[in-house]
Amino acid sequence: MSEPTANELILKGINASPGICIGKAYLVDKEGVDVVEKYYIQEDKREAEIKRFKSAVKRAQDELRSIVDNSPEELQQANILETHMALLKDKMLYGKTLTIIDSEHVNAEWALKTVVSNLKSIFQTMTDSYLKERASDIVHVSDLIMRNLVGAKTQDIAAIDKRVILVARDLSPADTSQINLERIMGFITDRGGKASHTGIIARSFEIPAVVGLENATTTIKSEDLIIVDGNTGTVIIHPNEETLVEYEEQKIRYEEYKAVITRESHVQATTTDGFRMEVMANIELPEEVVAARNYGGDGIGLYRTEFQYMNRPEFPGEDELFESYKDVVEVMGAKPVTIRTLDINGDKALVNSYGYDEVNPVLGLRAIRYCLKKPDIFKIQLRAILRAAAFGNVRLMFPMISAYFEIQLAKKILDEAAESLLKDGLPFKRDIDIGIMIEVPSAVITADLMAKEVDFFSIGTNDLIQYALAIDRGNKRVAYLYQALDPAILRMLKHVADVARDKGIKVFMCGEMAATPHHIPILLGMGMDELSTNPQSIPVVKRVIRSIKLEETHPFVADALKQTTAKNVFKLVRDTYGEILADHTYSGSFKLDQ
Amino acid sequence: MINITSSEKENIVVSGKSVFRDVIIKNELGLHARSAAQIAKLVQNSKAAVWIKRGDEKADASSIVDILTLACEKGSTITIIIEDPADIDILKAIAEMVESEFGE
Repeated sequence: MSEPTANELILKGINASPGICIGKAYLVDKEGVDVVEKYYIQEDKREAEIKRFKSAVKRAQDELRSIVDNSPEELQQANILETHMALLKDKMLYGKTLTIIDSEHVNAEWALKTVVSNLKSIFQTMTDSYLKERASDIVHVSDLIMRNLVGAKTQDIAAIDKRVILVARDLSPADTSQINLERIMGFITDRGGKASHTGIIARSFEIPAVVGLENATTTIKSEDLIIVDGNTGTVIIHPNEETLVEYEEQKIRYEEYKAVITRESHVQATTTDGFRMEVMANIELPEEVVAARNYGGDGIGLYRTEFQYMNRPEFPGEDELFESYKDVVEVMGAKPVTIRTLDINGDKALVNSYGYDEVNPVLGLRAIRYCLKKPDIFKIQLRAILRAAAFGNVRLMFPMISAYFEIQLAKKILDEAAESLLKDGLPFKRDIDIGIMIEVPSAVITADLMAKEVDFFSIGTNDLIQYALAIDRGNKRVAYLYQALDPAILRMLKHVADVARDKGIKVFMCGEMAATPHHIPILLGMGMDELSTNPQSIPVVKRVIRSIKLEETHPFVADALKQTTAKNVFKLVRDTYGEILADHTYSGSFKLDQ
Repeated sequence: MINITSSEKENIVVSGKSVFRDVIIKNELGLHARSAAQIAKLVQNSKAAVWIKRGDEKADASSIVDILTLACEKGSTITIIIEDPADIDILKAIAEMVESEFGE
């Protein structure tokens, strides 16, 4: 090579979206606002620059004002927002920025950034961690001004004239929705996991992504040459020539594999002895329904509905929800669409929310617990779902059920929603299948009670593994314990499947476990009626199912249940099905969970 | 000119035109954004500058940000300083707010 290159550097993260890309990095500042540029302002333009800053602050104020006006009950929140409004005009922030524009002849963004970084460094030197956090109010406020000031941040990204790999701390739905995805070869983020918004977007647009890298934004510089391997979760900075050649070849191999597998994605997933497994798609955005169909999904096994509730000043209205549900239902035609009700703490999702901070939100007021506490909000969603049900094949699913009474209560509210629709004379369908997510150990052990109330169970393995094995999914130090094949998990799955069969209801699985080829023989043998995965995994899951004989999976599962460790279960899978799996999956995907 | 009751006298120091008063931060959260905002709001109508001093550092009491940089946690002593005796009511009001723990 003609120029001396920096040393090759390898970062390991989470493989959020498969594929390989090689290209130049484009760094996005951590606030989600594009890297702040510095430029000088001519004397005759200075007045205009000052005016530009002032009107950005004015817009920020208006934004806060409308939030305050729209939240009469939340006095606490209104109070802190009033404080933020006062901060917008604070002389150390507002006044100082104006002074810098005027005295240093720089653009408003740069002046603001200078002021804020100075303030941040003052707070950083404080010893008390609590005191340090006070800077967050200032950061919130300056972000708000910056957003209003730049406004064109996305134009900056859209203005990229070559294809790049986007490097960011994290990308919010707002960020990703404004990016021109045509120009993005790959995504790299410091934060997030497989289920992060970036991951979902990347998968639905088939863009390779590695997330959860922690220090990508501090290690990678714009214009650096990087390789993103979304299959293994590896990022290579300044690759040497050998590595480049190796990855060019891998990239071609992967694309060939993908082409083959996509061609046959519409073939049914029937085992060699004639059992037809339904392979459904998990989606989050209504647009993903297209991918679900293209990849041969037999329906939607999990439609996550949180997205419409996030990062906005107020909750979506019934009509807005109805329209997006209806879109999805209509595209799928007669195929089932399983809509899961809100699975977050809604109040915390709102922009500028300053609700009670839960020490342990995963064990806190979320999902069905939140909805049962806020029946009015819940009812809006239920009405929208029942209305959409009139246009196709809808199933309703309640998340995070941990006690029997929660199902009864949820169904009572559902009845009330139906009654109110009847009264309003709106078309809807009440006679739909109702199910629950099995993702809390208490629901597993009381599955026989729960079964009386519902038409189906859907096992959410991501949460179930976390709750059953007492592992914080985000905690790297205990991540090694997070094993889908843990004997405890297998026994729980078996129990739920047995109860479902016994009680005559269906049992499905949604969650990463169902998307992993080497889990398929076990899931078949346990008697799952349906698997639901991200759309992109459907072809490979179907392919693996087509190569297995159902009858043989029963003794195999019996054997698997006798194993004492996840490792031994894995070995058993490899010894029994290794060849089939190697023939039908991309080589990189057959490995023990990390 | 300055209207000080005898009970307040022991707390208040007059030096030239300036008036000083020490108070101890008692609320759990210390001087955070919201409490600082309450102070800054009071100071908006002052005739002359109002300062909050902690140790050697002095902050402009009309600026939330400046007050925050003093990092006053619970138990710290601050000095409220007014430069014009006409602002004595503001000084008293701030002291009262601190004493009443900002209504938290």
